[in-house]
Amino acid sequence: MGLKFQKFRGKGRNTMTMIPFLIGIPVVLAVLFPFVRDSKTRGYLVYAGAGIVMTATVVFIVSWISGGAQTWMLYQSTETVDHLMTAGDIFLMCLIVYMSVKYKRVLPVLLSVGQTALLLYTEFTVELPEGPHMTVDWMTILMCIIIAFIGGFICIYTVGYMKGYHEHHKDVKDRQPFFFSMLFLFLGAMFGLVFSQSLIWMYFFWEITSVISFLMIGYTKTEEAVNNSFCALWMNLLGGLGFAAGIAWMAYMNGTVQLLDVLSVGGEVPLLCLALAGLTKSAQLPFSTWLLGAMVAPTPSSALLHSATMVKAGVYLLIRLSPAFEGNLTGIIVSSIGGLTFIMASMMAIAQNDGKKVLAFSTVSNLGLIVGCAGIGVEETVWAAIFLMIFHSVSKSMLFQSVGATENTLGSRDIEDMHGLIIRVPKLAYIMGIGIAGMYLAPFGMLISKWVALKAFVDSGNFILVLFIAYGSATTMFYWTKWLAKLLCFHIPRETVKDVTRKDEYVSMFFHAAVMLLLCLLLPFVAMWIVNPIVRELFGNSTDVLAMSVLETMAIMLVSIFIVPVVMFFISRRSHRELVPIYMNGINEGDNRYFTNSYGEKEHLYLSNWYLRFEFGRRHLRIPSIIAAAAVLVLGFCLVIGGAL
Amino acid sequence: MNVGFVIAYIVLAPFLGALLDGIDRIISARMQRRKGPGLLQPFYDLGKLFSKEMIAVNNVQLLLNMSYLVILVIAGAMLFAGADLLMVLFILSTADMFLIMAASSDSSPYANMGASREMLQMMAYEPLTLLVAVGFYLTTGSFQVADIIQADTSAVLWMPGLLVGFMFTSAIKFRKSPFDLSTSHHAHQEMVKGLTTEMSGTTLAVMTIAEYYETVLLLGIFCLFIVNSTWWSWIAAILACAVIYFLEILWDNACARVKWKTLLYSCWIVTLVAGGINILILMLIK
Repeated sequence: MGLKFQKFRGKGRNTMTMIPFLIGIPVVLAVLFPFVRDSKTRGYLVYAGAGIVMTATVVFIVSWISGGAQTWMLYQSTETVDHLMTAGDIFLMCLIVYMSVKYKRVLPVLLSVGQTALLLYTEFTVELPEGPHMTVDWMTILMCIIIAFIGGFICIYTVGYMKGYHEHHKDVKDRQPFFFSMLFLFLGAMFGLVFSQSLIWMYFFWEITSVISFLMIGYTKTEEAVNNSFCALWMNLLGGLGFAAGIAWMAYMNGTVQLLDVLSVGGEVPLLCLALAGLTKSAQLPFSTWLLGAMVAPTPSSALLHSATMVKAGVYLLIRLSPAFEGNLTGIIVSSIGGLTFIMASMMAIAQNDGKKVLAFSTVSNLGLIVGCAGIGVEETVWAAIFLMIFHSVSKSMLFQSVGATENTLGSRDIEDMHGLIIRVPKLAYIMGIGIAGMYLAPFGMLISKWVALKAFVDSGNFILVLFIAYGSATTMFYWTKWLAKLLCFHIPRETVKDVTRKDEYVSMFFHAAVMLLLCLLLPFVAMWIVNPIVRELFGNSTDVLAMSVLETMAIMLVSIFIVPVVMFFISRRSHRELVPIYMNGINEGDNRYFTNSYGEKEHLYLSNWYLRFEFGRRHLRIPSIIAAAAVLVLGFCLVIGGAL
Repeated sequence: MNVGFVIAYIVLAPFLGALLDGIDRIISARMQRRKGPGLLQPFYDLGKLFSKEMIAVNNVQLLLNMSYLVILVIAGAMLFAGADLLMVLFILSTADMFLIMAASSDSSPYANMGASREMLQMMAYEPLTLLVAVGFYLTTGSFQVADIIQADTSAVLWMPGLLVGFMFTSAIKFRKSPFDLSTSHHAHQEMVKGLTTEMSGTTLAVMTIAEYYETVLLLGIFCLFIVNSTWWSWIAAILACAVIYFLEILWDNACARVKWKTLLYSCWIVTLVAGGINILILMLIK
């Protein structure tokens, strides 16, 4: 690895003292919330907390960049903290055991006790050399930005959302202090995770995120919520077991638990074990069930799980590992599971009419593409993967928030009920529209990444992935287009609705929309300043993936999407026209809402989207795709372990 | 030279498209043993559409249709400027998106069904178009149209399967039977005129002109299969395009419209068999 190990001095020391703050501030806030019973005070505390987290992140990044933007390896000897973390691991295990016993589940107990025992045994029997425990590099910085800003604004959004949520769901017990604690704790754990260089440290934060997501999914405590939360728990614990096994293997075979050493000397077994952890956390097949079930929780937790945290942790780990995936069996396993997930989840998304379900499937599908890219492990694919991750974070967070706000306003998150949203609640429709466009349309970054990914898949000679991306992008287009078309129907509403979205929710959503548009306009700069440095760090040196001619193309595309419609708006406005009713076979009832039915009565016109349920429904595709992915995984494990022994 | 091509495309493509449409009508009429309209009928039709009083069902349809037209022209201009083929295809899909939005913006039952079918058609042909771009990349080592036409041999020698597949799926784009589900050139289907039901006058004229641009764009992609660095390959390409266009007309007249499932599955299977195997072989030998 061509990385520079630089001892911190001068300004570096500031950075070092700041990391505990970044992790600590959200944790302190999380501890405070249970004591703040007044909802107004709590709201202000959340705003202040999110503001502090964001400011701290900005200060941290500025100090890191002004310090030369070098890769820093920090914290050589940390015995006390190590012991604290061991205690933390044991606490988490006890919590899981307690909850499992309370709800009578066996599997989580076995998995949790197994992995914690394995880890503790390893820690106490193997003498590990001292090494850096934390790293700061461009990848960390990018993740910090995502966590602090996307995560922070989701917290701000939550304040308003939860008020509306509890007005609608009287049956759910109001546990808001707990919910906010979990949100901030999640941010703290994510900061810890992305800074960690020592696998043992990373494992600790990894487990925290698993447990918090378990607690958040179970927020409503209904039977469904409890079932889904345990599903999420055992799947993520399985990944955690893989993580622990990877650590144990590294410790016994190579005598080190550094993430970087996994890349250089680890060999395939620990690599695959860690990849398993990444796959479960990023909800790839056969483990995608947990993320789909996670929607029972209030929307902000979905927004957080899907965009800034949780699944991004899985993807983050896989991108970190990606240079080691190139050209070996583990890489093939990871990329084929990713590719399969991409196409299968996008097909299943077609058959959904619940807005949040479509979003969940699309997350799984998009993460599949990212994982596929990471699994190939060459510069171009990793470049594309990072880009996809950035765009996915912003647009998915925005989409979840707007669907959540729409649900509070309309009382439904069914896409069918969003017919003509542009007339009824224009602001939410615009935000949702920008989010959807960001997910698949030119010139938004997703498409550029897809373009790069396709080229890289061809270059790496991976035939199956080329087919997956060709078919998968077609199915992706279908489900987004029909949603977008539903929003843009100009239909006079039957009853007017009152937009109950609160100001703080709009602040967050407008922020996301602005970021989305800016990312699009500044795409070349994002590539130059953030993505290229990351790829350079991961691969030593790299050529710029995005050639200049592509940038020209980008400019043309920007013109076509933003400027053409605006110009056309002004041109077409000048033409005088007379508005007439739509064609309904001559049986219109005066306005566009009713027609005369065969009994001569007035019938309301209802237009439905097309869901192809019998062709692309979950009940046809879910089981086969899970079996296929599980087979790939099991076969891969057999081959890799067999090859190593 | 490139600038010349682009200007020629922007200026001449609608005329060429309309002429092709006129020829299409004459040939179709002869196949059906009727006299049919004259060659210039499409021009008269357009003139008539533009002269009509402006009536519309809402205020955005014209705007969306005009965006469709302009973005399609941009896609075509990029193709004829020798730009990246994959980008051209992506922009082409984006343009189509505007047409779908235009059709569904009116909340009309027939137009909405047409728009849904148009989405399905996009889903049916999109995999193959991407594979065609990949095929050119594998054959000539570049996605740039300017590089593809400078190759020593015609691309079709390496990608016959993709050509066949593209001929098959482009019936969707030409709006030819058996794949004219979303709208057709004839207003006698079960969904009235599908996608274009609510379009009239100028709005419909804009859409028709856009379709002419699209026809020429597609024929341009067909030319890419044939054109190489020799001058006579251009003549061969134009002849090949004429043959392909004739075959599409023949197919149009010989087939009845199929159901959507047949359309989707047949396109996907042809993509997999003709396109996929072609790509696989290219990957193995190149």
